[in-house]
Amino acid sequence: MKKKKAIVCRCEDITEEDVIDAIKQGYTDIEELRKKLRIGMGPCQGRVCIQIVRKILKNYTKKDISKIPLPKSRPPIIPVTLGTLSSDKDEKKS
Amino acid sequence: MKRKADVVIIGGGINGCCLAYNLSKKGLSVQVIEKRYLTSGATGSCGAGIRQQWSTEENTLLAINSVKIFEKLSKELKEDIEFRQGGYLIAIHDKAEMNQAIKNVKMQKKLGLKVDIIDNDKIQNIVPILDVNGMNAIAASYCPTDGHANPFKTTFAYAKASLKYDTNIATHTKVIDIKTDKREIKEVITDKGSIKTNFVINAAGVWSKEIADMVKINIPNQALRKEILATERLKPIFKSMVISFKDGIYFSQQKEGQIVGGIPLEKEFGLKTLPTIDFLYHMSSTLTRYAPSLSHVKVLRHWTGFYDMTPDARPIIGDTKDLIGFIHCHGFSGHGFMLSPMVSKIITDYISNGKKDKIFEDLSLDRFKGKKITYEKSVVG
Repeated sequence: MKKKKAIVCRCEDITEEDVIDAIKQGYTDIEELRKKLRIGMGPCQGRVCIQIVRKILKNYTKKDISKIPLPKSRPPIIPVTLGTLSSDKDEKKS
Repeated sequence: MKRKADVVIIGGGINGCCLAYNLSKKGLSVQVIEKRYLTSGATGSCGAGIRQQWSTEENTLLAINSVKIFEKLSKELKEDIEFRQGGYLIAIHDKAEMNQAIKNVKMQKKLGLKVDIIDNDKIQNIVPILDVNGMNAIAASYCPTDGHANPFKTTFAYAKASLKYDTNIATHTKVIDIKTDKREIKEVITDKGSIKTNFVINAAGVWSKEIADMVKINIPNQALRKEILATERLKPIFKSMVISFKDGIYFSQQKEGQIVGGIPLEKEFGLKTLPTIDFLYHMSSTLTRYAPSLSHVKVLRHWTGFYDMTPDARPIIGDTKDLIGFIHCHGFSGHGFMLSPMVSKIITDYISNGKKDKIFEDLSLDRFKGKKITYEKSVVG
């Protein structure tokens, strides 16, 4: 498959080539890649892309995949509307 | 990593990287040491805002001068840092807030800032999704040249630009000790080797206390836990940051379209990272009270960050009497990103030319020894 066209992150439209370019520029921490490319910041929260990015990182850094930690988990697990969240409990009196 | 450097900077956040760029551009050799990755602390979890509306003169001046640097920064660093000036709208809810706002605006105008108190109609012109009744607003102060930039891109751009000069950046490297001799800095010891130097800048954010402890300097900073959320991307709706000191809420729409904002819960010091459901409840209720049409917008994630709080919510900047070459650059209390360009310039002028800005006195560590403390009142989030 052509690297230019292989989409790694569908939410943010990031290709395999984008990821490789960033790694070559020195962004070799998965959190750094997130912040550089916005991978894992879309509605899927990294479900689609993060494992693929880890594999690309493994190939380029020659690190064992167990040495490439997943990004910190940032809830909620699935997107929830502000309306749903605010209907659940009254606003705190502050 | 270098074996010897003119300056060692501890901390790879916005201030560390901005300092590395400015110092090495002046011809100094610089070693940055970051224990995790660049932007892994407060820089990477902040709300991206750049505000000039403050209650203390020195914060206002630092911010005004920082904005002047931000305005030209994308061009200077040859990377788009996504700087945009959509303004800051600060809600005023009652008479006491109005009195403080009048005082602030008068001082800010004297310093040359374009800022005004606006009525409720004007609030809705600037941010049409706001419900002024829901907000319980009676007016607002508004500065159109306040704005945003992307904290990751700004930090990365500074880091990259600094590498064109004599800078080395060691990430995933931990400072273990700082060796001194007769009140002078001699060497910085890390888990990856040691560096000889006479200057250390402590820009380690909430970890600055650990660093200061190594040279037996006591700093009063505490990590204050904060939470923040981001929604899905929306088409551009509003440009201004909206904040309220009374409700503690702040929110704005970022360049990619997501709404990012936060609100404080009960004060909690320490480094507990787990986000809480209480925050989601409180933030969503207040946010939809301010902007009811956002009810349909989905929250994608929320996360925790830390304010490196000082007792008066003003940063600690400058040299140390008891230890020559130990420079403080911490305690930003939630405002390190927006003040970084000017703070770095002042520290760079001191290290490269020995020029001491007046601000060193106002923001010195010694100010806490006196009895009178001037608080920065305009703190949000």
